Amino acid sequence: MTTMPLLEIKDLHANVGAKPILKGLSLTVDRGEIHAVMGPNGSGKSTLAQVLAGNPAYEVTGGSVAYDGQDLLALAPEERAQKGIFLAFQYPVEIPGVSNAYFLRAAYNEIRKARGQDEVDPLEFADLMEERLAYVDMDSSMLSRSVNTGFSGGEKKRNEILQMAVLEPTLGILDETDSGLDIDALRVVANGVNKLRRPDNATIVVTHYQRLLNYIVPDFVHVLANGRILKSGGKDLALELEEKGYDWVTGDAPAGAGAVA
Amino acid sequence: MSASVIDGSPAESYIGAFDALASAPPVPAAVRAMRRAALERFAALGFPTTHDEDWHYTSVSPIAGQEFMPLTARSGSVRRADLAPFTFGATGWHTMVFVNGRYAPDLSDRGGLPAGVTLMDLATAWSDAPEAAAQVGTLTSFENSAFTALNTAFMVDGAVVRVAHGVEVDRPIHLLFVTDAAAAQAMMHPRNLVVLGRHARATVIESYVSTSDALYLCNPVTEVTVGDGATLRHFKMQREGARAFHVGTIETRQARDSHYVSFSFAAGAALSRTNIYTTLGGEGGGATLNGLYMLGGEQHCDHQTQIIHAQPNCFSRELYKGVLDDRSHGVFNGKVLVHPIAQKTDGKQTNNTLLLSDTAQIDTKPQLEIFADDVKCTHGATVGQIDQLALFYLESRGIGHALARRLLTYAFAADVLETIEVDEVREGLERMSLERFV
Repeated sequence: MTTMPLLEIKDLHANVGAKPILKGLSLTVDRGEIHAVMGPNGSGKSTLAQVLAGNPAYEVTGGSVAYDGQDLLALAPEERAQKGIFLAFQYPVEIPGVSNAYFLRAAYNEIRKARGQDEVDPLEFADLMEERLAYVDMDSSMLSRSVNTGFSGGEKKRNEILQMAVLEPTLGILDETDSGLDIDALRVVANGVNKLRRPDNATIVVTHYQRLLNYIVPDFVHVLANGRILKSGGKDLALELEEKGYDWVTGDAPAGAGAVA
Repeated sequence: MSASVIDGSPAESYIGAFDALASAPPVPAAVRAMRRAALERFAALGFPTTHDEDWHYTSVSPIAGQEFMPLTARSGSVRRADLAPFTFGATGWHTMVFVNGRYAPDLSDRGGLPAGVTLMDLATAWSDAPEAAAQVGTLTSFENSAFTALNTAFMVDGAVVRVAHGVEVDRPIHLLFVTDAAAAQAMMHPRNLVVLGRHARATVIESYVSTSDALYLCNPVTEVTVGDGATLRHFKMQREGARAFHVGTIETRQARDSHYVSFSFAAGAALSRTNIYTTLGGEGGGATLNGLYMLGGEQHCDHQTQIIHAQPNCFSRELYKGVLDDRSHGVFNGKVLVHPIAQKTDGKQTNNTLLLSDTAQIDTKPQLEIFADDVKCTHGATVGQIDQLALFYLESRGIGHALARRLLTYAFAADVLETIEVDEVREGLERMSLERFV
């Protein structure tokens, strides 16, 4: 129907404090696509993820981001979530004292409210939860625990994907969801993400390693270094990177090259 | 000397108002004498000033600057429906309601008490059963406390709770002190006595609430003894009116192997001070003093706790949390005194504060005086603000800024509220902590 891309990032510049991290990043994502953004440490991968979700600790100093034709940067974080953006955090935040069940239902209902839908009661929500817990192979005992509190690294990442499964975003952004996971946990998390894939949604997978992309197969792979996308290609680019290392791209890049995507 | 406060007209006017007590219900001669002595002591002490170490962070000049009239006759027009916000939705509690300082039998429900429990109003005890109230004035002293002296001089009513040896009271006893518009410009001095016999067990909830925004002074004193092996869970809910002044003291004496579990919640009054003092007077006892205060606007709320370890092998645990918004001011002063013979004392005190604004203020002062050499006593205090990363995490899930802040406020208070073993109270306070800073 629509020819408008789901996400269109143009010449994005962003700082953390006074330090420029993103230096002219451009990227276009269409519905139904999975994009992998890879790059060495400090290249700006996480900054991109945080800026898209609206973390106020990051300052956008230039460029534009259109989401579904709207100016994304003008929206508060909760408005972005209500419009279908979801960030799976690299380091999920512990919130002692708030149960996972309460948190998930509050988020679910806030998003429904913002969309003019009725809130669901705890019983209805319990049915939904039961179904979605299975996506990430979790049992309901974790619902009564405080959000991420005392969770293992793997549990935290699974909890992120559980939230994603409940909130069903239009644009999911996974920020190094694979780091720190053993291969079994990685498979569980990847399966969850794959189950959520639909023709009308899209996913950006931010990762340091190619390993995750064996399970979540991307349509496009972008190499990010020094705040810009230096190279883009198909899924084979990830394998090539794995083999040759990031130096291959960063060294390979002609001076002053712009974004490729 | 700050003559204007100590020798000001209010203190003198209270001495004049003392004669009004002649028309109050009759009391034993010993009580009359105690009142007279207390009045003289109050006149000598005057209201405390910030030069007084115990009142360094709290100025009572707003109280000293007012002229309050003692309310001795019954007054007010509180109906049962007016009490609903203050009863935690509980049914089956043993409830005594006091309106503007006087017992209101029509609003009360003392039914279903087990044998061996006495629950009566102090005025009736003095006229009909003076032995039930004989300990009033023996468990606390007004010698160095102007407010306790003022209470003692003007005490006319309150609750007497006595639980006999070995009796366990399953359902909470709720002492609900409510004021309404008729309390404007009045001072009330509820006086309570709680006596638990050997191996007795009970839960007593004192609530101080208002259905109006009248300006008044509520100055209760509660004396408590917890017998050998007995356990008292004692709650204080301070939800006075927005313009009210509240100064209250609870003083507890604990016998061997007894447990005193106190929780103080404070969200009301313009200016409040709560003193909770307990003495571990027998071996093997334990005191748990927890509390939560939630303040906004220009509210000032001061808690002073004092735990005296007078015997060996006792423990004390203390966790006070404060949530402060706007220009509010919180004060926490936790005294722990360990006597030379109180070896193997195990004490821990924590005070954590969440500041929701740049203009809110907390003064926190641990005060440990340890005279025994084989003890374990720790204290710690933290002051923090809403965690910005946690706030962003919640917002990134679609939860609006205001609700996210409220959730994190609730989360901050959650661990101290989890210690409350009375479900209705815990759930009620959880709701209040979610809704307090809308």
